[in-house]
Amino acid sequence: MPAGKLTRRAALKAAGALAGAGVASRLLGPLSLDPALRSSVYAGAPSGAPLKIGFQVHRTGIGAAYGKWYDRTAVAAVKLINARGGIGGRRVEIVAEDDGTDPKRGVEVVEKLAQQHKVDFIFGTLFSHVVIASAPRAGELKIPYLVVSEGYHVASGKMNRYTFQPGITDVRAQVTALAPFVLKNLGKKVTMVFPDYAFGHDHRDFFSAAVAKQGGKIHALVPIPPTEASFTKYFPKIPADTEVLYHVMVGPGVLTFVKELGEHFGQKKPKLFGFIDSLEAVDFASPGLEYLEGSYIWEAFPRYAGQYNTQWEKPYRDAVGVDANGASKSDAKDVSTYSHMFGVWETLFVIKEAVEKSGYKTTKDYKGFIETLEKTGTFREGLEHPQGTKRFVGRLHQAFGQQFVSQVAGKKLKVVHRTKIEDGMYAPEADYTKQPL
Amino acid sequence: MSLEGQLFLALLEGAVSGLVLALMALGLSLVFGVMRIVNVAHGEFYMLGAVLAWYLATTANFLVALVAAPLIVGGVALASDRLVLRPIKYAPEATIVATIGLLYIFQQLVLSIYGPYARSIAPPVYFRVDLPWFGYSGYKIIVAGLAALLLAATWLLVTRTRLGLYMRATQQDREIAQAFGVPVERIYAAAFALGAVLAALAGVLVLPIQQAHYLMGLDPLLLSFMVVIIGGLGSLKGTLAAAILIGLVDGLVSVFFTPTLARIVASILVAMVLVLRTEGLYGEGAG
Repeated sequence: MPAGKLTRRAALKAAGALAGAGVASRLLGPLSLDPALRSSVYAGAPSGAPLKIGFQVHRTGIGAAYGKWYDRTAVAAVKLINARGGIGGRRVEIVAEDDGTDPKRGVEVVEKLAQQHKVDFIFGTLFSHVVIASAPRAGELKIPYLVVSEGYHVASGKMNRYTFQPGITDVRAQVTALAPFVLKNLGKKVTMVFPDYAFGHDHRDFFSAAVAKQGGKIHALVPIPPTEASFTKYFPKIPADTEVLYHVMVGPGVLTFVKELGEHFGQKKPKLFGFIDSLEAVDFASPGLEYLEGSYIWEAFPRYAGQYNTQWEKPYRDAVGVDANGASKSDAKDVSTYSHMFGVWETLFVIKEAVEKSGYKTTKDYKGFIETLEKTGTFREGLEHPQGTKRFVGRLHQAFGQQFVSQVAGKKLKVVHRTKIEDGMYAPEADYTKQPL
Repeated sequence: MSLEGQLFLALLEGAVSGLVLALMALGLSLVFGVMRIVNVAHGEFYMLGAVLAWYLATTANFLVALVAAPLIVGGVALASDRLVLRPIKYAPEATIVATIGLLYIFQQLVLSIYGPYARSIAPPVYFRVDLPWFGYSGYKIIVAGLAALLLAATWLLVTRTRLGLYMRATQQDREIAQAFGVPVERIYAAAFALGAVLAALAGVLVLPIQQAHYLMGLDPLLLSFMVVIIGGLGSLKGTLAAAILIGLVDGLVSVFFTPTLARIVASILVAMVLVLRTEGLYGEGAG
């Protein structure tokens, strides 16, 4: 066959291969180990005009472990909402799009959900760098954008009036509430190990400020890229006279991070105060994590059953498919991101409440929805808000709630301290209600 | 940490990462040397090795994974050579594009079947080495040793066996080698498979230290390219030297400064080589 000339035989072969690949990829779908990738359409027969809620989910990329559980929680919440008659009598339909935990893709997902799928609301983004990229686009498209992110960016006033965080507390409130416990019970010379991007910077800035206010001092700062796969080379930066090692890590390498931390220090380790982020979706019984015994971990929502005993714990766990150890009921090795996913559940119920209270019917009714939400002072604890009562500060578009400090005991977590909502409140720096819509 | 402690950690980390990198870069260098092509999908062979090893180690055991995973990846490489590279006659530009395509195919296949999650396994042999300044994973030290052994084995293969002789002959002059009866097409396939096996071995060894993740091949690919350029395209000795150099520099700069600076330094080294001495440390001829 002369080089450079496309013969009919070659073209037919190529077409056949492409068709075969197409068939194979459809067939491979059911072979996938990952149930969320098996079907990305939430099936259901439409009746009337369903309320379409767009879900920007980290199905792939560095946030995939969270995305998987955000997905399951959203499905469970919508199932419950629809079983109870939907929102304002309308069936709820989730339209999910994967943003790959990528800021650029996130913007495209916002556009696709708003313009192509024409959803009523968008929710679900977690990783702060994706939120910071995507929220402005939602503001430009003038569509309510409710994130489940923990970052301080919403309350900082740097987003827009369409962006809310009503279902999960923010880092600034968390560390403000926790700093006294750390300084009183663990020590004053704190070295912080954190991911080197917006979420980690929130930890760095606000914990440093909170510590300074209490007469303590940040001994050293060790930023680590969230995409890092090997962490040992960062540990020499931790000064030998550190009293407290404060650690919060995200990304696919978190298990490596905590294992290498243990290897590096051995018995000579400083007191540890970690955020459950470093261990979300990770089994405490994993080999190499024995050194965590006795250390303290912040939790937003205690992973192990019975540590925060309410009448809603069991129905919530049953609905989202989580067992007493915080793992999937169908796979004990599949540990959940329990301290984050509740935000998805609560946010969907926040949307329900705001839609019904404001009488929202179509996308022309955003003003009423936003103003109603801004005026909501409290979300009462219950099945709709199982993590605890939330105080919603309208001008900041941010919810405030309780925090838990747990201690690792017998490879599980036992709650030793619970903060009050007021412990985490800070002087508001923004007022979205003054912005035009 | 004291200076000696930092230095020792830097050298340890540098040695481990340098030797694993050498294993991977050697595969890339071999492929370029013998076949004169750039395989952009090389990092994906590393990733496939780790992912298959995860699967085999969890269903059987690590030893099975260590032997079977690289062989399976070698088979994938042979198939890629026959179905993709041979029809385009190993044309340089076409191969770059084709191997980029292979990169995406492998990545997305793994994403579809294995999922987007990072999974690890417990090391087959685990003990903690307690040094005066810090503790270190005994398995990592074993990895360094195994990588060195595999490098030595590859060296023996290339210099002492007939296959190696054919590869070196094909590398020197394909036409003359063919005239001497060297089955050049089969040597190409063997070289490609061997390169993939080396990358996969690196992936298997690294799995208990890190995690198998569908995106894990991208960073090592970049580092492998840096090593191969600095060492000299086509020179195995150069690749080895450059990998150890980069590993040690990476370790030292990471520990005494920051890992980001280490990456910057490595990139500057590559730029300097490309500008000042394009053939690299041990490369064959200028240009």
